[in-house]
Amino acid sequence: MLRFHDVTKSFGANIAVDAASFTVDKPMMIGVIGRSGAGKSTLLRMLNLLTDSTFGEITYDGLNVTNLRGAAKRSWQSQCAMIFQQFNLVPRMDVVSNVLHGTLNKHSTFSTLFNLFPDEDINRAIDILDRLGIAEHAPKRAEALSGGQQQRVAIARALMQDPRIILADEPIASLDPMNAQVVMQSLRDIHEEDDRMVIANLHTLDTARRYCDRVIGMRDGKIVFDGKPELLTTGAARDIYGADASFSEAATSTQIDTLNAQKSEMASA
Amino acid sequence: MTDASLGDTSTQTIKDVYFAQRRTKRLLNTILLVLFIAMMVAGFRTADARNAGGFFDGFTSILDFPGDVVSEAIERFHLLPGYLIKYFPSLIETVNIAAASTLLGALIGLVLSLMVTRGLAPVPALVGPLRRVLDVLRAVPEIVIALVLIFLLGGGPIPAMIAIALHTIGALGKLFSEVNENASLNPVEGLASVGASWSQRMILGVIPQVAPNYLSYALLRFEINIRASAILGFVGAGGIGYDLRNTISWGQGKFDEAAAIFLLLFLTIVVVDQLSSVLRNRLTHGAKIGEAHP
Repeated sequence: MLRFHDVTKSFGANIAVDAASFTVDKPMMIGVIGRSGAGKSTLLRMLNLLTDSTFGEITYDGLNVTNLRGAAKRSWQSQCAMIFQQFNLVPRMDVVSNVLHGTLNKHSTFSTLFNLFPDEDINRAIDILDRLGIAEHAPKRAEALSGGQQQRVAIARALMQDPRIILADEPIASLDPMNAQVVMQSLRDIHEEDDRMVIANLHTLDTARRYCDRVIGMRDGKIVFDGKPELLTTGAARDIYGADASFSEAATSTQIDTLNAQKSEMASA
Repeated sequence: MTDASLGDTSTQTIKDVYFAQRRTKRLLNTILLVLFIAMMVAGFRTADARNAGGFFDGFTSILDFPGDVVSEAIERFHLLPGYLIKYFPSLIETVNIAAASTLLGALIGLVLSLMVTRGLAPVPALVGPLRRVLDVLRAVPEIVIALVLIFLLGGGPIPAMIAIALHTIGALGKLFSEVNENASLNPVEGLASVGASWSQRMILGVIPQVAPNYLSYALLRFEINIRASAILGFVGAGGIGYDLRNTISWGQGKFDEAAAIFLLLFLTIVVVDQLSSVLRNRLTHGAKIGEAHP
């Protein structure tokens, strides 16, 4: 289905992603982990074509998406939804309009200017919001919502695109643990119920373990781990995070109980 | 799953509310659009009726004058460098008037802008009256002020400078105060908490936040003022406007010199525009010295 072959991105002398190759043959939930600056975001942005790749090839169902331009590029982007760390909604517009933006690829500039979204799309948008449990906020402005709610609006926008792949770039990094759990569970449900491929950048190991079918570990732009989360031993994790023997998994966790465990560990040490 | 029917009806209510909201919005937008078109048509018809010649009769000859200027300029292209040098001193005078008036206007406008911004004003009661003063400064055409001052002080660059500066105070005072409104009050509060005076709070808490916007408005105003001071040359304030009036109204034969003056004005605007983007970049992103980006 999805194939990365030697995909490389350099910014001047900096190599953000270095010859990344992997294949995904069925829809699954993939977690990409690594330190900040390891190239996780660039990897996702290259798949969505928000960033051009310097070298290499990305193919999906035999279609080479690497060098698409113009309408073909926008059409691919509409099939490959993106969720951002800072939600990237239009703050001054209402929630339903933000969700409707997921269909922009099918509409002309003229109909966008006059806000002519079809009624069935509006019905579908509100149904999606209902599925994510935030339908009652439909008429509010996006900026009036809390972070967790805004991220669910962003997921609704992604679902409105009816995409083949959902990319999530650090979707829970700006959220508190409770909201993070709701958002991750929504992504997992979307994968299980709709059978869509989900690729999420995460920076905590326990989130990847808990929600993902496959984990890709990146370090300094290179893929250094690729496999089932069960295979992710402490040694492998140390390799990904470039840490020494003092590394404990709790150091990358945001879960309250592990943090407490870490504190008591430190106290006893 | 006993709540399924209940859930459906509540979603239906949400949909109904949203559709009603959208209908109202659309209705308002349509009314606005109709009003806009009606005003456009009415305004155009009034203007056309009052015109001496009428729009549609004169329409075809609009390009005649620029055509004459361009064709003469091309005909005597070899003389152009000489004209550029000949009129350069007058250009300097015009730019000088514009620069002095922009500087003076921006400084006074800055102080006034802080005094008319709600939340920053030292004397809240003065916000309204001072705003009206700014309104008056903007409302009176600078050419009128310049004519009065030329009558009182005699011709020359000083009356033009004062006239343009007064208008600049009004314009920049308003624009700066709108910029100030968007500044975050948190640093101001932080400085107030350490016992800083009003001017200290403004200098350290507000101005660093909004300086790039100030600069871009001030430089835009500088461009406008170059043009304004060229126009004031027509009424005896000196500078390149005086030369432009002579070359344009002398009738056929001097249009090549007029073209040279237009070219000089255009080049000046280009230089100011480039300068503005360089300065703004430096101000927003900081100087490039010692940059250590990964």
